[in-house]
Amino acid sequence: MNPPVFLLLAILTVAAAVSVIATANPVHSALGLVVTLFLLSVFFVALDAQLVAVLQVIVYAGAIVVLFLFVVMLLNLQGEPRLTGGKGLVVAATAAALAFTALLVTLLGRSAPAPSNTLPPGFGETQALAQRLFTSHLLAFELTSVLLLVAVVGAVALSRR
Amino acid sequence: MDVAITAGKAVFAILLALQVVALGVFFERKVSAVIQDRIGANRAAIFGFAGLGLVNTLVADPIKFLLKEDVTPAAVDHLLHMLAPLVSVVPALLPFAVIPFGDVLQVGDRTINLQAAELNVGILFVLAMASLGVYGVVLGGWASNNRWSLLGGIRGSAQMISYEIAMGLALIGVVLTFNTLDLQEMVRQQGRLLWGWLPAWGVLYQPVAFVIFFTAGVAESKRIPFDLPESESELVSGYFTEYSGAKHLMFMMSDFIEVVLVAALVTTLFFGGWQVPYLARDGFHLPGGAMLAVPSWGVAILQVTSFAVKVILFTWLQIVIRWTLPRFRYDQLMRLGWQGLLPIALLNVLLTSLVVVLVGST
Repeated sequence: MNPPVFLLLAILTVAAAVSVIATANPVHSALGLVVTLFLLSVFFVALDAQLVAVLQVIVYAGAIVVLFLFVVMLLNLQGEPRLTGGKGLVVAATAAALAFTALLVTLLGRSAPAPSNTLPPGFGETQALAQRLFTSHLLAFELTSVLLLVAVVGAVALSRR
Repeated sequence: MDVAITAGKAVFAILLALQVVALGVFFERKVSAVIQDRIGANRAAIFGFAGLGLVNTLVADPIKFLLKEDVTPAAVDHLLHMLAPLVSVVPALLPFAVIPFGDVLQVGDRTINLQAAELNVGILFVLAMASLGVYGVVLGGWASNNRWSLLGGIRGSAQMISYEIAMGLALIGVVLTFNTLDLQEMVRQQGRLLWGWLPAWGVLYQPVAFVIFFTAGVAESKRIPFDLPESESELVSGYFTEYSGAKHLMFMMSDFIEVVLVAALVTTLFFGGWQVPYLARDGFHLPGGAMLAVPSWGVAILQVTSFAVKVILFTWLQIVIRWTLPRFRYDQLMRLGWQGLLPIALLNVLLTSLVVVLVGST
């Protein structure tokens, strides 16, 4: 991705992400989240990861946030009162933000130059990803699926209460 | 040059889709008249000739909508109220980028693949865009600040998510059969012949997936018998009650685009897409050995025509369904989706996987 486009997308993404927590209205927050997720998938496309990009849109923007909105609309939530928090919260948040900035700066300073033009053919495509997923990462993959199954069964059990 | 060709293909794909949308509107008026045994849509005739009059209706309708007053109620969320119709139309149009409308066109040394965008993840892109379409309904319903609209939006979001699952699972069977996610590759595989005479169209391999996909597709387009989000006898006009003029037109149009999209997908996945039986790149190869040479441009025209005819047929079929069946009740809708289509789709995935493991994909 050429730098101006990257910069523009980055600014838009961060702005959308900030709007998720900055707006008082839950529907606006959810929409900010959708825009953020969609822009992230644009980054994935630029990184040659088409499959991840599309899955991001299908799973997060297309299903999870729709469920958020469904619940928000079902409970008819309007503007939420703004939580200001005490001095302790401000101090803690500032400390966390500073620590995160320090971490970012250190990591960015340390990172090696990107290995360019060395992508294997088919990188990021479905076959290559599936190959890795079902050979070297099989255990993690299966464990994750069991975890999701547990969550589904748990949700059904809770709703039967 | 490459950019120009891609842009040309994209424009062609969208125009092809929009032409069929216009035909769909025409069918909607005429088919409903025939089914209800009345004379329909003959008011805007030119020189008293009904045939021209129908074309005229197609022009008169949008003009009427565009010239109407755009009423925006006072207490709506203005930004979202304005965005919702756009969010509804755009994701409905984008999937046409990956749907192939022909094989290849030879111009000089250049081989042009007749598909606007060649994506490795084609069918998933279609699903992603379809899943974004629900936002138009949800936002329109919420931003209107109207109880009917809100109820329509809630119904719409639940319905579309429920049927997306059955749709996706039906597609897994298709993907397993063709062993690819690229729609162009799927259509090419459907050009082979079984036993030397029967075109190997997807519906022969995946009849169950076809029924599930088509049903879920009709449900996704939110039209009768699945039009619970608007159901005018209960919710006035559902999620677009508070819309008028051009914005109302956009909601209506996105419904019709979705109808055409479902028709195009069913054609591509199950009925050979642009394939004409026995037509290869150099001409017809009839069973029995006879051969009839056709130039490259002729083949391309035949294929695009074949694709368009099939899409128009399935658009027509959906409109006949819309004017034949009564609306589902909401619990029936949910039961059909979760207890009917979903288990059958899962079974289909299981059986297809078993066959693929034992016999191999096509």
